[in-house]
Amino acid sequence: MLRLLSFVLFFAIWWLAALFVGGAKLPSPPAVLDVIIAEASSGALFLHLGATLARVTLAFVLAMSVGSAIGYLMGRVKLADRLGDPWLILLLNLPALVVIVLAYIWAGLTEAAAIAAIAINKLPTAIVTLREGTRALDRSLDEMASVFAMPRWRAFRHVVLPQLAPYIAASARSGLSLVWKIVLVAELLGRPNGVGFEIGVAFQLFDTPRLLAYSLTFAAVVLVIETVLVQPFEARATRWRPRAA
Amino acid sequence: MRLEVEITGKTFRSAAGETHEVLAPVKFALQSGEVGVLIGPSGCGKSTMLRIILGLDREFQGRIARPPEARIGMVFQEPRLLPWRSVEQNVRLAAPGISDAKLSELFRILELEAHRSHFPGELSLGLARRVALARAFAVGPDLLVLDEPLASLDDALAGRLRDEIATLVASRPVMTLLVTHSIDDAIRLGDRLLFLSPRPARIVQEVPISIPRAGRTEAELGRIKAELAALLLETK
Repeated sequence: MLRLLSFVLFFAIWWLAALFVGGAKLPSPPAVLDVIIAEASSGALFLHLGATLARVTLAFVLAMSVGSAIGYLMGRVKLADRLGDPWLILLLNLPALVVIVLAYIWAGLTEAAAIAAIAINKLPTAIVTLREGTRALDRSLDEMASVFAMPRWRAFRHVVLPQLAPYIAASARSGLSLVWKIVLVAELLGRPNGVGFEIGVAFQLFDTPRLLAYSLTFAAVVLVIETVLVQPFEARATRWRPRAA
Repeated sequence: MRLEVEITGKTFRSAAGETHEVLAPVKFALQSGEVGVLIGPSGCGKSTMLRIILGLDREFQGRIARPPEARIGMVFQEPRLLPWRSVEQNVRLAAPGISDAKLSELFRILELEAHRSHFPGELSLGLARRVALARAFAVGPDLLVLDEPLASLDDALAGRLRDEIATLVASRPVMTLLVTHSIDDAIRLGDRLLFLSPRPARIVQEVPISIPRAGRTEAELGRIKAELAALLLETK
């Protein structure tokens, strides 16, 4: 209920601001809705949203799986941590734009280059979070698993993974928001479709209603995915914890 | 089956770079069906010795001989249950082969039936310790290691659990190693008492108790206790 109220408030402020500054700079909600409906009925909206979502999914899955594996390794093995740390610091501080531009130069204006560039941007944060999670693993439970001769996979699944789940969820949460932001830049710079491409076109034409139409639908999709996928996963992973009063 | 422990020394290097001797030479053996009890002052190195015997600590001088196929059941000082798995899952994960009937029997003996689906965070310490015992027995151990399993429990509950341990130990041939501070626990459960010195630990007295566990009456126990007190006074 409170969430709904919060949404209503957002649209009210928007509408008021639109009346105040005029439709050229900030179109009113109905004007933007008109564009959304027009784009949706022509099918263009879904095409671009679909292209963006596909890139997000691929890059996110790639970065999460590779990043988690490297982070776990660096948390467990001191040598890996020593070797990997300088690379990690470099990657963490490398601007997204540099990675994207270099990827396009080296691999051409291809889908693979775009997805790899997005994934590389997300990779270091996944590594850092999972490394922290692995370092925080309870050694006494590892010892218990070893004394009871639990096979590796069973120990990983029932002893290690539940301890990492909050870190994976946190990394997924922050990573998803990072990927949402970067995917549009990658599309703007070198893809012929996707929300980022459309926003680029709208920018060149100074077409604010179109720009808002695409960004807001995109934001709505992100919100839905957060509520439907990420939050239930977090709730499930922490269900054994006593609830806060 | 037989467990042979022959530790010639164990040192520990502190963060300040000083070397501390944790264990002096220690040697003993344990047969199937026998309960060995380690008794010693706090901080004498008992837990270190257990970690070495369990294979968790390999940096020591000497050797440990235990059959590689020996299944180990362990009750740690703290219960060390998985907080994100239910009581039943905790036991089954350690002992995947256990039959439903056996599990029910164990839960009945340890009075855990009502708590099968509870998470460890919802249990009292006494209950969590009983789950840890259930887990150790569920694997059908060849070597059972109990590290102060009855510490910080009230006398009545400790007494009941002690009887339950005796029952379970009697039900199958198992080498049992019990660490305790309590002479009462030691003389009620043990076949052989190993008294340890303060750190670095060495065995100061090895006392066998020849009367079978079931035949130890209160009078007998009192006599053994008095004998032990005299013996320990002598060695001091």
